[in-house]
Amino acid sequence: MSQKGRGGGFLDLITRVLGRDEGSRGTAKERLKLVLIHDRASLSPELLEALRADMMKVITAYMDIDSEGFKVEFERSEDTVALVANIPIVAVKRHA
Amino acid sequence: MGEAIVITSGKGGVGKTTTTANLGAALANMGHRVVLVDADIGLRNLDVVMGLENRIVYDLVDVVEGFAKLKPALIKDKRFDNLFLLPAAQTRDKNAVSPEQMRQLVSDLKQEFDWVIIDCPAGIEQGFRNAVAGADRAVVVATPEVSSVRDADRIVGLLEAQEVPKPLLLVNRLRPAMVKRGEMMDIDDIIEILAIELLGVVPEDEGIVMSSNRGEPAVLSDRSKAGDAYKNIARRLAGEAVPVLAVAEDGLFTRLRRLMGWSG
Repeated sequence: MSQKGRGGGFLDLITRVLGRDEGSRGTAKERLKLVLIHDRASLSPELLEALRADMMKVITAYMDIDSEGFKVEFERSEDTVALVANIPIVAVKRHA
Repeated sequence: MGEAIVITSGKGGVGKTTTTANLGAALANMGHRVVLVDADIGLRNLDVVMGLENRIVYDLVDVVEGFAKLKPALIKDKRFDNLFLLPAAQTRDKNAVSPEQMRQLVSDLKQEFDWVIIDCPAGIEQGFRNAVAGADRAVVVATPEVSSVRDADRIVGLLEAQEVPKPLLLVNRLRPAMVKRGEMMDIDDIIEILAIELLGVVPEDEGIVMSSNRGEPAVLSDRSKAGDAYKNIARRLAGEAVPVLAVAEDGLFTRLRRLMGWSG
């Protein structure tokens, strides 16, 4: 038991010496990166609207979609930020 | 014709006024003609940090409204003949001034001075827009904390929108011992996140509190770590190729080396 404890302590020391992101510094950096992706993205509703319009143009070439229900937004979870599009399909065009 | 630099940060309490006072005093000490403009209308502070609070007659709003001429409103510093302060109004609010009026004011000051250093209020509202209106360049002050860096990022975006591109980063109140322990973000982390050019680093220093207690900028003291850092930053701002001060932990060995004149 004491052997394991000492080993753990030694290992801990080594990771502390070698691993730079052991402390709260790494946590701060990762959290900041994530929050800034969100901040920067959510800063421009105009850009999001332009993206929505472009996506709609591309998709309507392949299928009929409900433009009213078409939503594009940023979704945050624990450690990712994702662009989520909800596109209700009205009808799919028949291909030859 | 001089250059106008606005000192911004977004977040309050990270050292904008201290930075303005110290860069101004350091540039004046180098022989440049400098005027400091307190753009924090309603929350006047640069005067007390500079120790000039008892000499104020007119303020920025008096000048902008034509109640006072520019020259008599400028307060001459006690220590340098080539350093002046235009204080903020204390009993008015930010809406007393427009960006157009600030642009004119700063442009007039640039005719007379080598450097116009503008102390920007915290926040992103009218006061910010006024303070950056006449600026040629911006310095963004950030401390190595998530809240400060996040606000700095927002300010960088807003500066670009206000057509003050390529802001320079000043990392303030860095604690080398904490960085060494892995408990504080390092300069590289902050540069990586903000992706702007580094102007300089100022270490945490108790002396800053003491110098503002006395109304004496830290650059006037010979034994201030923060003061030394500000001196280097002022030289870099003026175009000298001064390396960014390595803010190594000030251990016995470093102090010994310094005593023996091996390093600055």
